[in-house]
Amino acid sequence: MRIRSPFSAVSAHLETFYPDALASGRRAEPFTDFDIRIIRGAGLRRWLRPQAHFMLDHIDPFLPLPADQAAPLFEWGLNWCLASRPLGYLVMHGAVVASDGDALVMPGFPGAGKSTLCAALTFVEGWRLLSDELTILDPESDKLLPNPRPISLKNESIDIVARFPGVSLGPRYEDTRKGTISHAAPPAASRIAAAQHARCRWVVFPRFIASSPPFCDEISRAEAFARIAEQSFNRDRMGETGFRALCAMLDGAHCFDIGYDSTDAALTMVRDITGQ
Amino acid sequence: MNGIRGAQLVSALKSPNQAAQFTSSQWSALIACARAANLAGLLAERVRSAAIPMPADAARHLDAILQLGRRQTQSVLWEVHGLQRALAPLNIPVVLLKGAAYAVSGHPVSRGRLFGDIDILVPREVLGDVEIRLMVAGWMSAKSTPYDQRYYRTWMHELPPMVNVRRGTVLDVHHTILPLTSRHRPDARHIIEAAQALPGLPAIRVPRPEHLLIHSIVHLLHEGELHNGLRDLFDIDGLLRAGALETDFWPRVIDAAHTLDLTAPVFFGLHLVHQVIGSEIPAPALAALQPASGAQRPSRSLTWLYRQAVRPESEAAESLLATAARLAIYVRAHWLRMPPHLLACHLAHKSMMRLKKNEPAAEGRA
Repeated sequence: MRIRSPFSAVSAHLETFYPDALASGRRAEPFTDFDIRIIRGAGLRRWLRPQAHFMLDHIDPFLPLPADQAAPLFEWGLNWCLASRPLGYLVMHGAVVASDGDALVMPGFPGAGKSTLCAALTFVEGWRLLSDELTILDPESDKLLPNPRPISLKNESIDIVARFPGVSLGPRYEDTRKGTISHAAPPAASRIAAAQHARCRWVVFPRFIASSPPFCDEISRAEAFARIAEQSFNRDRMGETGFRALCAMLDGAHCFDIGYDSTDAALTMVRDITGQ
Repeated sequence: MNGIRGAQLVSALKSPNQAAQFTSSQWSALIACARAANLAGLLAERVRSAAIPMPADAARHLDAILQLGRRQTQSVLWEVHGLQRALAPLNIPVVLLKGAAYAVSGHPVSRGRLFGDIDILVPREVLGDVEIRLMVAGWMSAKSTPYDQRYYRTWMHELPPMVNVRRGTVLDVHHTILPLTSRHRPDARHIIEAAQALPGLPAIRVPRPEHLLIHSIVHLLHEGELHNGLRDLFDIDGLLRAGALETDFWPRVIDAAHTLDLTAPVFFGLHLVHQVIGSEIPAPALAALQPASGAQRPSRSLTWLYRQAVRPESEAAESLLATAARLAIYVRAHWLRMPPHLLACHLAHKSMMRLKKNEPAAEGRA
């Protein structure tokens, strides 16, 4: 990756959350998957109401955001890059954690609470973080690729996750289009193991439902397929390759629907499901 | 990291062996440049068929683009079967143009070529029936303002683009190959009548090789939008190479250019593709297409403008020259499309619309 930006918030963000990538990137003259710039808006607006634009090569795919959101814009932009540029992977919306080579995939429906649960599994239960946002499946090996980047926390979940052991949060960004957000650094162990792919063993559709009795229902692979497919960014573009990869991913997996009203209840259910 | 310029991209596409010595960062620059020119698929195709060794990262990007190309080809075949079903009852020839024609006929140009819209050409007298049948099959007009509707229906060579409500694919229905208002008035019946049938698709036709070539040239020179200019030149190059495998190809090109009243643009287009990517055009063919009156050689300034304007997007976005050349070509293309009074009205209307559109948008974003 190549990232250029005049915003000090972006360089601070990279130094906090991507120390290894910065170190290795400065040594070699590597292949560039994404050439990204976070730049200032042009003209008068630059002084009156500073804005940050996300650019991939010469393309400007989003509306600009206020300049103080330059760092979250980078994270959103990079997710978009991974989901939209053809790289040969099936990319879905969902968190992935793993224990040894066995992965637990949590497809994301907005507001379902997957980021909080993902952070709890990572920091409380010691699972290895692959990603809190992107499930990246390699059709060649049918394995999931880690993308251990900061966990993006929204609103109430920021304070919940802040209390977990070993959590280091970045700045809070108020009034973004997703409310207040903050990033939690992935544990060093997850970053170091970023080259270790994992096989999907469990798929859990989490749903946080306030003051409701917890439930855990095993669902069929066919149902899980239909629901995950909806959460895929590039399944149509991946065609038959993507279809087969998703079938292969589910072949070895047990799939569950869980509902809970507290993180503890969710962790208990995940322990029962995975035996971890 | 060194950038790769358009000229180096052209050179790497012509002789992919050069890339064998590339470092990782040169490969990423080459792929970025090809992507900006919408030629990444062709690059992938050429380096893969020449079995050029490359770093794993480069292979991952290029193979993924080839996979996307195969997927798009499959989608186009699917849509064409849908068109066959929707339009067969009309008992008319439905001629595929450009990308769809290359893909469905398995033309060499389709290898590694990515495309967006599907273009078809139908006889003008059945346009109304075609539109209704397509609407029944789920295609809706994408342009909703009365002005846009009138612009297309009165002056242009195609219906307003139609979008499939289920799949989002875009279909352009042409009844001729140039706007009705333009200086040249080719009679599309020649193309439709000569078009060739396809196995298993009785209503669908593909234009003769000389018509594919001529249409591709005319499209490049009259469209006015040159974001895919270099890609279009490589299409033209591939079309004339494949066409020339038939011994009577060039005489047919000359004949067709005369019949369609398009010798001037075909002459200039062939000259341009020779200049930019070195395609070989037989001298007798060029001589036979030379305009009878005046100019012995193609306009140097126009050639220069096009050379600037077809540079890949990555370069063009940062070059004032390329931007100015594109503007000049845009104006020229409109000049060719419409008589002056109509052009003045159209541009005035478009800028008014743009102003109106921008005001609330600027508020909303602030």
